[in-house]
Amino acid sequence: MTEPAAPQGAPSAPPAPQAPAARLPEKWLVGSSPHARSGETVSQIMWTVALALLPTCAAGVVVFGWYAGLIIVLAASSAVVAEGIVQKALGRKVSVSDGSAAVTGVLLACCLPPNVKWYVPVVGSFVAIFIGKQLFGGLGRNYFNPALIGRAFLQFAFPTQLMMPQWPIVTRGSVFESLTGDIFKVASGTPGGADAVSLATPLAVIDPGTRALPADASPLAALGKGMGLDHGADVLRDLFLGNVPGCIGEVSKLAIILGGLILLFNRYINWRLPVAYVGAALVAVLVLPVKDFAGHWTGIYAADVYWPYIGQTLLVHLLSGGLLLGAVFMITDMVTRPTTVKGQVIYGIAAGVIVAMIRLYGGYPEGVCYSILLVNAARLVVEKYSMPRVFGTKRA
Amino acid sequence: MSFRLPTFPGGVHPPDCKAPSAGCPVAAAPMPEKLAVTLAQGLGAPSRPVVAVGDRVLRGQLIAEPGGFVSAAIHAPTSGKVEAIGDCPHPAGVKAHAIYITPDGADEWAPGANVPAPAEAVAALKPKEIVEKVKAAGLVGMGGAAFPTHVKLSPPNDKPIDTVILNGCECEPYLTSDYRMMLEHAPEIVTGLRLLVRAVGAVRGVIAVEANKPDAYERLLREVRGIEGLSCRMVAVKYPQGAEKQLIKAILGREVPSGGLPMDAGALVQNVGTAAAVSDAVCFNRPLTERVVTISGDGIERPANLLCRIGVSYRTLLAAQGVKTEARRLISGGPMMGLAQWTADVPVTKGTSGILVLTTPPPPDWTACINCGKCVEGCPARLMPNRLSKLGEFRRFEDMAGRNVLDCIECGVCTWQCPAKRPIVQWIRQGKNELRLAKLKAEAAKKKAEAPEGVLPK
Repeated sequence: MTEPAAPQGAPSAPPAPQAPAARLPEKWLVGSSPHARSGETVSQIMWTVALALLPTCAAGVVVFGWYAGLIIVLAASSAVVAEGIVQKALGRKVSVSDGSAAVTGVLLACCLPPNVKWYVPVVGSFVAIFIGKQLFGGLGRNYFNPALIGRAFLQFAFPTQLMMPQWPIVTRGSVFESLTGDIFKVASGTPGGADAVSLATPLAVIDPGTRALPADASPLAALGKGMGLDHGADVLRDLFLGNVPGCIGEVSKLAIILGGLILLFNRYINWRLPVAYVGAALVAVLVLPVKDFAGHWTGIYAADVYWPYIGQTLLVHLLSGGLLLGAVFMITDMVTRPTTVKGQVIYGIAAGVIVAMIRLYGGYPEGVCYSILLVNAARLVVEKYSMPRVFGTKRA
Repeated sequence: MSFRLPTFPGGVHPPDCKAPSAGCPVAAAPMPEKLAVTLAQGLGAPSRPVVAVGDRVLRGQLIAEPGGFVSAAIHAPTSGKVEAIGDCPHPAGVKAHAIYITPDGADEWAPGANVPAPAEAVAALKPKEIVEKVKAAGLVGMGGAAFPTHVKLSPPNDKPIDTVILNGCECEPYLTSDYRMMLEHAPEIVTGLRLLVRAVGAVRGVIAVEANKPDAYERLLREVRGIEGLSCRMVAVKYPQGAEKQLIKAILGREVPSGGLPMDAGALVQNVGTAAAVSDAVCFNRPLTERVVTISGDGIERPANLLCRIGVSYRTLLAAQGVKTEARRLISGGPMMGLAQWTADVPVTKGTSGILVLTTPPPPDWTACINCGKCVEGCPARLMPNRLSKLGEFRRFEDMAGRNVLDCIECGVCTWQCPAKRPIVQWIRQGKNELRLAKLKAEAAKKKAEAPEGVLPK
């Protein structure tokens, strides 16, 4: 039994180039294949999401002023601090640099009104990180979107600050004023707020006798009036650009879509999920019956008068409230959505229908937060029943 | 590109890293002072030596016969003296013996070997005779798996094969040995394909080439033009396009049934290098004694494609091509599915498609799955690697069976992509192994229970 010649060194046969014996490493690194990995990391994903949120945050600051920026910074930094403290306390590896806590904080700030007291985002971030994330086991093991857990908690902890009976008024030209001026210029008693007004649907104001709409029943006109905006035709433009009251991150649809494009470009979200979510919400708004002002249930099928306003109704529902913010940044949260594409579509549709039902029937004007938390709970079930057919097997 | 090239669902696009060696024509590798021809050349039973220590052997002379049905013959890679028969490190990490041959420098062929067969004689061969010649030449799949070729060519009668697919995808990064074969030996490949089609009674032969090798595609296309039943198809550049089942799906649109073999889908897949070897074996009576090996990787000074004798040690080849000081890993095969080596003293075998020296550092510690879904999207077997990885993380291997873990082809797409750097395919391999062991244990227990009282089972 001979051992293979250990130093075989320089080859001897004629075709060999005279090469010196290679200096090989004393030990080779061994492991099971693959021996190469893609360069993508979790923190890269998280910081890219943070980057995608930047336009939205910037729009919030532009519309509402520096105090909104302070809320965002407070929420993000207290989320990071909370993550560090909780991880230390639970004896886990501190991983605040992966960016996930910062993203949670920014997302939480995005769904807060711009005039909450400074401690609201701090408390919310702590709850989001501690209860929403670390108690489940940390990043990747949470079942619910931590930012929305924080938001839902704040809803009950500080109802007066979050139910938004008061809204900062945004008037034409106030964008630049707000940068320097008094951002607490609050109009008390403004009816509802953007979300509440977004419920305006012609169906609810149809006169059952004449089957006609009152003069100001166009959803846009109603919305403009409700928001204290006095420039009817520009309501859509302002809704799109963000020159409207609302939560910090939800006002500028342009900024949200820009962020969404960043996520799409990096393939961190699949377009089908937000589209299914928004699409299902809009279809449900159209199809679900609502009560008219006389208390009669009526539906799209009964209201010929409704047709001319379908476009407006849909735009109002699409552009007001947090639907787009939720569709781009919340429901697409990797950790809490199903991984299969089919599952994501089902999941998005379910959440969309829930949004519409909360908006139309609920006691709370906005349904985005709760719709997503509800489907979060169903994530694993949806994934289980939407698994792809394994290669080479028959469809069950 | 305005049209979609045929491919399979899933897959990834790792950087192909083929440039360093793609332009290097195949050159002869140095002849070492000693060749170690391992007896475990392919999958299956090790071969049985038929020579004794001290014998003089000639190139192409049978030195080991198949050790079973799934096993291949082995021939002396050059003329020389049998120095020893004994232990030898094996690139697959298995315990194996090798026949050590000291070359005498004459490189003299055995009588009857390397003699062209008359064209009429080749044309007159019956399918069985072609298979016999392939078996006698000791052919195994040269794409890496090294499955004995004659076994693949002998399907049972109830599994007719209508299509022979030649695999010229070479989807593993770095490797260029098949590419060079296609450029430099296109006629032999096509001759081999015709022989394979005849051997299994197929109606068509298709050569599949990934779109990143357009010159190889053109070259083969020229060669198959006008030959009835043969065609050349360009397929999408994607890893693992060259995996047998995925290639069949791309070319024929058929899925090999779970747990089945390509013949269950009426297909036979062979590597282009194997086809050239078939041509050599049948038309030139040349047993498999050498193969093209890509020496590359970011830790190699001078990447090359070398025509190596079976049995030359990696150390000899690395010495010839130079290894950088930052070298960390030595891989037999490609970076995605190749085998890491702990020593450079392993020999080239019939299945060695490439030898890579990489400077890749160890992967960082893995973290919790963030459910990004990239593994689910990329899995060519359409499994749920995310769920399998969580089962692996908590060592619930028995639960993997219910998740079709046995359908995993271990291509490593999930692990390559994972942003949390989780060792997904490694857990899956472990799970498969645990399941296999559990099955063996259960069978043994059953046997024991069924044994009559008082009789000890063997």
